[in-house]
Parts: sequence; C-alpha cells; structure tokens
Amino acid sequence: MLMEAQSQQQATKTHQYDAADVVLDCQAKQIFYSDFLAVRDSHVPIVKNKITGFIGPSGCGKSTVLKSINRMNDLIRGFRFEGNVHFHGMDIYDKKVDPVSVRRNIGMVFQQPNPFSMSIYENVAFGLRLNRYKGDMDEKVEKALRGAALWDEVKNKLKNNGLSLSGGQQQRLCIARAIATEPQVLLMDEPCSALDPIATRQIEELMVQLKERFTVAIVTHNMQQAQRVADQTAFFAVDISRGGRTGYLVEMAPTAELFSNPQEELTKEYLHGEFS
Amino acid sequence: MAMKQLSGAEESHSLSRPPSSVDILFDKSFRALTCTFTWATILLLAFIVYKIGRQAIPAVSTYGLGFLTSTTWDVNAHEFGILPEIWGTLYSSFLALFLGGFFGITIAIFLTQDFLPHKLEMILKNIIELLAAIPSVVYGLWGIYVLIPLIRPVADLLHDNLGWIPFFSTSLSGPGMFPAVLVLSIMILPTVAAISQDAFRAIPHKTKEAAFGMGTTRWEAILRVMLPTASGGIFGALVLGFGRALGETMALAMLVGNANEISLSLFAPANTLAALLALNFPEAGELEASVLMYAACVLLLITLLVNIAGAAIISRTGSGGKK
Amino acid sequence: MKNSSNETFHLPKLERQPFEPRALKSIVLSSITILSAVFACVPLFSVLIMLIYRGGKRLSFELFYALPPTAFETGGGFGNAILGTLFMVGLAALISVPFGILAAIYLAELGKYNKVAQIARFCAKTMTGLPSILAGVFAYAAVVLIMRNYSAWAGGIALSLLMIPVVMLTAEEAIKMVPQAMKDAAFGMGCTQTQSLVKVILPVAMPGLITGVVLAVARAAGETAPLLFTALFSDYWLRVNEPTASLAVLIYNYSGMPFENQIELAWAASLILVLMVFILNIISRAIGGKKRI
Repeated sequence: MLMEAQSQQQATKTHQYDAADVVLDCQAKQIFYSDFLAVRDSHVPIVKNKITGFIGPSGCGKSTVLKSINRMNDLIRGFRFEGNVHFHGMDIYDKKVDPVSVRRNIGMVFQQPNPFSMSIYENVAFGLRLNRYKGDMDEKVEKALRGAALWDEVKNKLKNNGLSLSGGQQQRLCIARAIATEPQVLLMDEPCSALDPIATRQIEELMVQLKERFTVAIVTHNMQQAQRVADQTAFFAVDISRGGRTGYLVEMAPTAELFSNPQEELTKEYLHGEFS
Repeated sequence: MAMKQLSGAEESHSLSRPPSSVDILFDKSFRALTCTFTWATILLLAFIVYKIGRQAIPAVSTYGLGFLTSTTWDVNAHEFGILPEIWGTLYSSFLALFLGGFFGITIAIFLTQDFLPHKLEMILKNIIELLAAIPSVVYGLWGIYVLIPLIRPVADLLHDNLGWIPFFSTSLSGPGMFPAVLVLSIMILPTVAAISQDAFRAIPHKTKEAAFGMGTTRWEAILRVMLPTASGGIFGALVLGFGRALGETMALAMLVGNANEISLSLFAPANTLAALLALNFPEAGELEASVLMYAACVLLLITLLVNIAGAAIISRTGSGGKK
Repeated sequence: MKNSSNETFHLPKLERQPFEPRALKSIVLSSITILSAVFACVPLFSVLIMLIYRGGKRLSFELFYALPPTAFETGGGFGNAILGTLFMVGLAALISVPFGILAAIYLAELGKYNKVAQIARFCAKTMTGLPSILAGVFAYAAVVLIMRNYSAWAGGIALSLLMIPVVMLTAEEAIKMVPQAMKDAAFGMGCTQTQSLVKVILPVAMPGLITGVVLAVARAAGETAPLLFTALFSDYWLRVNEPTASLAVLIYNYSGMPFENQIELAWAASLILVLMVFILNIISRAIGGKKRI
C-alpha cells in the first residue's frame, strides 16, 4: 500500500520550466467536491504566450483543474481546493484575494457556447462595461471581434441577438467576449466539443493566433487537437486504486516531446489507444 | 389480405388477437367523451361571457358609455356611473403591483441565486406559497382587526407632517386605500414570486457560468445578465399579478371603505369594481342588478385583456411557461 | 517588440477591497433582498399567530354542532356553515373533477396537436384568471335567476367554475409528465388508446391528478365572493334548495358586526378554514412529492 502510494507520488513528472516564463503556476494537492476527492497531486505550470493543452480520459479531472485556475469552481457547492495557484506572485486561493478580480484577469471560454441573450455588440461590450471602460467602445468591440475572426461575418448585424448565430459563430463570439477586456490568461474548456469539424478548424486556427497576445490553456478530449495546437501538453489519468475515481497529472512536457517520447508507461498506453 | 393474416393468427398457436369489438367501442366512446368535455370548456367560457353580457343589455342600452364616465351612484334617482370604481380598481392594482411586484421579484432572486442553502430555499419557498393558500376573506379579517390599527399611527404621522403631498392628503379613518393595497400586495406576491422563479430557473446554467467567467460579482451577474434574460417571464408574472389584483374581491370589499369617490390619497376610502359587485349585489333590485351586470362586464373585459396579454407574454418568451 | 506587452503591463490587483463601490453595492443589495424576504414572511406569521390567539380562544366542540347565535346571544357555533361548505365544495368537486380530467386527457394525449385542444387550453388558462366574483355573477344569472331562489346548488356550481380550470391544467401537466417511453410501450403491446390511458398512463399520472384536485378543493373551500349572492347565508341547517351557510361567508358577514361574540366566531371560523386549507395543501404536497404545482 505504502509502496504503491509512493510510486504514484513519483509518477507525477513535470517538465522543468524557466520560472520567468511561467505566468501561472497551479499546484493542486487535493481538490474535493464535498467528500469526493476529484483530483490530487497535480502541478501544472502555464507558460507565457504558449498554449498549454490538458488531455486525458474522461473523468480525469482536467476540467476541474482548469476551472480551479480562475476559481470558477467556487460556484459549485462543496468544492474545496487544497494547494495554491500562483499568479504574479500571489496565491489566488489566498483569503485576501477576491475571486471576482481573478476572473477578470483570467478569462474563460466554456464547453457549450454561452452567449448572453443580448445583442452581439452588447455581448462583446459586456466585460468592458463591467470594468467601466471609458474609451472608444466601438473600436474595442471591433478589435475583439476581429481577434476572434468573427468581424466579417457579423459586422452588418451587430444589433442581432447573440443567440441567433450558428454554434461555431457563438463560440467565437464567446471568445471575442473573453478577449475584449484583454485578460492575461485565457482558459478554454473543450471549446470545440459542441462544434462541427469546420467550426472546430476555425477555432483551432484562431487559438494559434491568440497565443501571440494571450497565454492560453485548453482542455481537450481530442489528442489530435492537442497535437495541432498545444505547445505544452499535460496528461491526466484516473486513479481507481483507492476506491474512488481520482484524477491526477501523469506527465507534462512540450507537446512534441510528450507525443514522440513519453516518459511514463501510462502515457504510452494512452497515446497508443490501449485504454480510454 | 392483411386482415386475413391477422385473424389467421388465431388458428396458429399465437396468443395475440385483435382488440374485441367491445374494446373498440369503448375506445371510441371514451375518446368522444374527452373531446366533448374539451368542447365544453370552450363553450363554458363563451357561455359565461354571453350570460353576463346578456343580463347587462338593459343597462347598457339605458346608460350607454356615459356609465363609464359618470361618478354618481344613486339607486333612488336611477343614476349610475362607475368611474370611481374603475379608478379605484386600477389605482389599487397598480399600487399593489408596485409593492407586491418589488417583493415578489426580490424574493425570486433570493430563492434562485444561491443566497441560501438548498434546504432553507425550499422552506422559504413553501412559506411564500402558503401565503397564497390563505383565503382572502381571512386576510380581510386580519386587515380589519390587525393591520388597520397597526398602520393608523403611521398614517396619522404622515398626514400631519406631510399632508401637502397628495398621497397623504387625508387622514385614515379606518378602512381605506392603503390597508387594502397592503393586503392586495401580499396576495399577489406569491404569484409574482412563483412565476419569476420559474423564469430565473429556466436560464441555463451555462449563462450563469459565462457571467461569472467574465468576472462579475454575484449582483453584477444578477442585474446585468440574469434579470435581462428572465425579463420576459418576469414581465409576464407582473401582468398576471396585475390581473389577479384587478379581480380580487373580498379583501377589498372588507378594507377599501366602499366610498364612491376619486382621490389620490392613500388614506381615503375608495371602491373597486369587484368590491362594488360584492357589496351591492345581494340587496340589488332588478334595475340595479342589471347595472351591476354592466359593471361585471367591464371587469370581465379588463381582466380578460390583462390575463390574455400576460399568458401570451409568458408563452412567447418560453420562460415560466409551465405554470 | 516582443516585450511591448511587458512594458504596458501592470500588476493586477487581486486583493479584496471591502470599501470599493462594487463590494458596497453588493452588500447593500444583498441586505435589501434578505430584508424583503423576511418582511414578506411577516404577514403569514402575523395571520397565523392571530388566528391561533383569537380563534383558538373560542375553539370548542360547540362550534361544530351549534347553530349561529342571534345578535345579543352568547355562545353558539357554525355547524351549519361547516356542513354547507363541505356540501358545496363536494358538489363543485363532483362537477369539476370528471370535467377537468376528461378534458385534460384530450389536451395532453388524444388531441395533443389539434386546434380544438389549443383553444380549450387557452380558454382554461383564461378562466384561471377570471375574478372569482364573476363566477358568482354568472351563477346568479344562470342558476339563481332561473331557479328563482338562492341555493346550495348555485353555490356549488359557482365554485365548480373556479375548480375546472385548475383541475384541468394540473391534470394535463401530470399526464404530460408520464414518460413517452412508457406510452410507447403500451401502444407497442397493441393497446387501444383508451386501454393505454386507463391501464398505463393514468395510474402513473395519478399522484399528479390527485394533487391538482386537492389543490383545487383547497382553493374552492376558501372562496367567498362566488357564494355571496348564490348561496347567500342562513342561520339554519343545510337545505339544498334554500340559502345555505358557508364558513367563508360567515367570516365576511360576522367581521363587520358590532358584537364581540360574532367577531370571535369569525376568528374561530377563520382558524378552522385555514386549518382545512393548510391540511389540504400539505396532503397535495405529500402526494405530489417534490413536484410543485
């Protein structure tokens, strides 16, 4: 039992990164939903101006870790995070920290496109108004929509309701909404899972452009997607040895390295599709 | 051909048989019966409108539209007008809508936006629903013996010090607009709260996530996202609450003071259409009964319009449509 | 060039700032909300406390078997009013339950998509918003004027008008709640529509149907306005073709009387009426389970 636990401790391997490049350092020791231990021992550094991909089988806690980074999980009753997330030298789980401010600096795009039931323009302007932006609103909205590669499609119908767009357009609208306030980090939780292949391809291209200006972390259930877009990849797995279903980080490395030369047996098996 | 094969099944060892003729007869008559009652619902409403309208005809032909704008009600002189009642109905309902609507919506927010643990939420929700279960005549009794004595000092204070404001221009001598409006708002509060809650609950969780993901505080999320998204359902709730206030009878008959006058003052006695019917019908002679039927027609028309509008708004926005 | 973002970069402020307008606004709004929720509960508790205090004082068995007192008499009860309420609500239920449920079956199952069903549903919804006094006016015109007398029949019919739409719409909801898979299974076995309704759908929907009926009964029991000039009031025991007493009208009549004895009786009658209504509500909740109507 002890041996097993120890070997699992060692199993968590994280590639060494230059501290100066790490904009956000997430060390999740334990994450609970009420009594349920959802994630343990996962150290994920997010590197500046790179895309960090989270992959792994379903239920491995990759979304949980991602949502812990901007404290979205606070919305869930019974959620408890043990560990720390360093962001500009501050632990965002510190008592002094206001989760609302955290979310304003770390934007998020969700699995399901979730535009507000208001006009396209108002959707993008939402965050700006929220932060009491006192400048040229039109310009910022246009810039965000261009940044999300949506401008040309919607420039003549900015007054239409955001929900009138197609699924892929809605998701890009959500990205525009998230980047309008120019957060430093953008989290994306399986942003393409509700989209068709063409829309997926558009979003992937967009992500590659986005990393010039933002630091991106993306959860994906699709390994090819991770290979296509991610610079760094973190692989999570589920540990059912202690009766529960607890996710943990198995290995994290630059994407090419992880896919071509995985260090861990589990990673090798997963990449070869031996379990899912 | 197919029939033959089916009945042929009897000869084989299968246990299946087609439904017996009794089954089929029963099926047909049962379906016809349900259809009859569905028609009966439509005819019933039509019959109600017809019956009340029919009884009102003598009064309508005698008094015409002047009935709606005249302010006298004198049985002996055969002069009738319901302008004060129309005014009282609308004024009391709007005031009640203002109060009951405000409380109803805040309670809907309180009960749907994670202010309370789930258990407490359910308890409070049940308490609010029990408010609606208390018969209005009991509220009337409570209003006479508890509420009026309670608010009288407050009303006197307001009248003495702020009497120049039209709302406080008379003193409260017992029954009056203010106690009636308070009870009326208690009565419409559960309706507004229930339908608004439905509207809030109909908002998908992802919308809320999006709001919080943008870094809103709870109240920014409520005011900037949840309220606008639920606004259709909430508006419908207000309209239905208004419809309820218009038709409420007993609490008003007991508390509003039955005075045939038009006043802005909250402390003056007044009257409403429904209360007029309740108070005058039991002792009405033939002529007055017909006149009261005319008043009933006016009330029917107003409430039908308001309720149809409310139902249309709720079903169009699709939120809270379950109600 | 690459560092340009670094130059304009400013450290984000993540600390809580309790006196920032945003935080203050939240506190103020939350307090208003909590206060108004508390405030809204006050009338309920005030009504309940007064009922127990003033009505409880007068509670005795005499109330249930004695007839109402005359003006200066002491004592007395309202046995006739309880009986009258039970009779008229029972009559209303007898009319409205078959009416409402049969129509609901058509709305929810047999004629789901047809025009008649849609119009009937709309009419039922409109009728729920009908002021209760108008049900009285209608019953007066349709029954009292024709029978040439106030009667328990007229009162019961007036109440049934208020119950029909409630029974109908809740029953429709309940039938619609039965999972489609279960309905498909019944048809798949070769049931006729009636058989699948009687054997499968209605039994599953039964708790919902009962909930609706009980709620409608609770509502009708407390209604006063429809009875004012259909059943009127009476100081004697129930005779169905004559004016009939009811708890609700008794409360209304006695509330305005200048006699302490009558006012006490009004409070006691209110207590009993509210108890009846609450018990019915609790029953309907217990049957309906978590589902709210």
